[in-house]
Amino acid sequence: MPVTDAPTIVSRRLGRRHSWTLESYLADDGYLGLRKAIGMTPEQIHEHVNTANILGRGGAGFEAGRKWGMLRQAQPVYLTINGDESEPATFKDHALIEGDPHQLIEGALICAYAIGADQVFLYVRGEFPLAIERLQAALNEAYAYGAVGERIFGSDYSVDVVVHPGAGAYICGEETALLESLEGKRGYPRIKPPFFPAAIGLYGAPTIVNNVETVSNLPWLMLHGGEAFAALGEGRSKGTKLIALAGHVKRPGNYELEWAKVTFRDLVYDPVLGGGIRDDNDLKVIIPGGVSSPWVSPEHLDVTLSNEAIAGIGSMAGSGSIIPMDHTTCTVRAAWRIVRFFHRESCGQCTPCREGGGWLEKILERIEAGQGREADLDLLMDVCDNISPGVAWPPAQTTICVLGPSMPPSVAAGLRMFRDEYLAHIRDGRCPFPPDRLPRRLARV
Amino acid sequence: MPRLNPENLQRARDLIALYPESRSALIPILHVLQEQDGYLTEDGMSHVAEMLDLSAAEVRGTASFYDMFHFEPVGKYLVAVCTNIACMLQGAYRLLEHAEERLSLAPGHTTSDGLFTLEDAECLALCGNAPCVTVNWRFFGDVDPEGFDALIEDLRAGRLDDEVPPHGTLSRVRRNVGLPAQLAGPGGDGKRPAETGPQPDLSTRRTTSAVSSMNAGHLRGHP
Ligand SMILES: Cc1cc2nc3c(=O)[nH]c(=O)nc-3n(C[C@H](O)[C@H](O)[C@H](O)COP(=O)(O)O)c2cc1C
Ligand code: SF4
Ligand code: FES
Repeated sequence: MPVTDAPTIVSRRLGRRHSWTLESYLADDGYLGLRKAIGMTPEQIHEHVNTANILGRGGAGFEAGRKWGMLRQAQPVYLTINGDESEPATFKDHALIEGDPHQLIEGALICAYAIGADQVFLYVRGEFPLAIERLQAALNEAYAYGAVGERIFGSDYSVDVVVHPGAGAYICGEETALLESLEGKRGYPRIKPPFFPAAIGLYGAPTIVNNVETVSNLPWLMLHGGEAFAALGEGRSKGTKLIALAGHVKRPGNYELEWAKVTFRDLVYDPVLGGGIRDDNDLKVIIPGGVSSPWVSPEHLDVTLSNEAIAGIGSMAGSGSIIPMDHTTCTVRAAWRIVRFFHRESCGQCTPCREGGGWLEKILERIEAGQGREADLDLLMDVCDNISPGVAWPPAQTTICVLGPSMPPSVAAGLRMFRDEYLAHIRDGRCPFPPDRLPRRLARV
Repeated sequence: MPRLNPENLQRARDLIALYPESRSALIPILHVLQEQDGYLTEDGMSHVAEMLDLSAAEVRGTASFYDMFHFEPVGKYLVAVCTNIACMLQGAYRLLEHAEERLSLAPGHTTSDGLFTLEDAECLALCGNAPCVTVNWRFFGDVDPEGFDALIEDLRAGRLDDEVPPHGTLSRVRRNVGLPAQLAGPGGDGKRPAETGPQPDLSTRRTTSAVSSMNAGHLRGHP
């Protein structure tokens, strides 16, 4: 069966009338998970989360339970929710915050209670004012309802929640940069070790950083139990996951799927999912896990979307953003746009990222413009090798964070899979795909 | 009006009180400042520096790291066209070129009447509705050239004023609960009334909510 009959865990309320209000939330199990949680011990909640084996939905796919278990025992501890979503073609957290802010608040509170945090920061990308407004309105309601604040629901547990807006910097999605930003500084990633947030996080205190979707699963998980979650999916890839499908499909959008049981073919071609490639064109290549992941070819269409399956074909499930591209796509231009993004967003601390990104962007730009040389192909690989030695997967890292090493995969995959296309640009002095030029004016970085 | 006005000064104090360390309030306060003046003035940033016991250089050096902050006046409407991969695959550069012609502007510039500033933006997380545009970060999805022209006309005529406030306005919903001044303890008498002004309608009528990216197909399962 292409679409399994798994329950929709995190997205079922989205699209309902006024789904962001307390009234609507309470009509569908709202805050029952939290009520149940505060009747349990933190250890019992932790056990459910371990049984569920929920992998972080922010990109790295780290087990939430294991992360909580690594928290250094000290007071205070903080919880920070990562709602900075800016990874190109990833648009699931945005929908979750706008459509179901109470679920996020409830999930965050369950997590906070389980790790013993009495202060929660919801860091939301600044470019999402509607999400921020609905989240703040929901928080005001949740306080008045008694779910947040002093002695919640009459228990001994008190907790404060703050909605914190970012201000436009992709790098602040990286968890240590996010903490710097939350401290009122430039979003410079910190060096790990020693600055693993669970050990040394916000204001130097132990801090858990979890993604919006990760904690949005917790209310359901509390009500139905870790076993029910683990009964869905396979291997390490349990539960459902929001897949953000973009690119050349007929029906782009977010789909909550039992990811370990759905293949790329289902996702792209099933009439209730992607619905096929636009204009019934041929599928050329897929970016399977956000633009930092290596591209995969249509020969892998029958691979499932699970963490392990995608890792098995040399890439990653990452943030769950999947971009199929059709045969009219210029892969040089696609690689250029991805590299241009990372270069624009580099924080500038590490030379290979700051300088290498500019080199890659310029070389790809000149190949696309028909002014490349054959030697440019080696030069591209050479620069990639400087950013991430060996240009292997998973990438070797000499930089402070993995933004830098996120650039080579698109270039290396393009050169490996579509070398002839690069050569055609160089030989013919023009891009073979319409429109055969770059935009007239490019904003300079 | 370069310094924070009395109302915004109170908002800034409320923000500071939310955090264990005052500097954490810097970015939220800068948003308040940008909402007040449309951009960050030098005097305004100095005022914020005084409040947080930082140097003006620290404030400016932090603010300039973040793309949303502007240091010169921008148009009443900041029109950002996403050109990142998902939108590019759906014709975003054609849309951007159309926008440039329509507004007679290169990205990064402002029309002489001060109404529009154009930006070439990175992914806005509305990729299910590519190509997309934001105006003062309010979203419009599936925008074609005709749709773009209609959008500009609507903005000019003020038809979108309730959903698209002037540049700099981030959240029209204020925190009205759990403010330290309302709680017992230092600085609070426990009696300060919650400031609940008229709440904006948070439905989307003309703008696009990210929820539109949820496709009906996903709802095959049972709850
Ligand atoms: C450059 C970069 C950008 C990132 N952006 C995000 C983001 O926007 N949202 C997010 O949740 N995680 C992002 N991450 C991953 C976070 O560092 C972190 O792993 C995640 O928030 C942890 O939450 P999880 O364990 O629940 O997934 C990013 C990582 C890097 C290196
Ligand atoms: S890799 Fe790039 S983004 Fe990451 S810390 Fe270094 S310079 Fe900054
Ligand atoms: S790529 Fe344009 S909104 Fe994501």
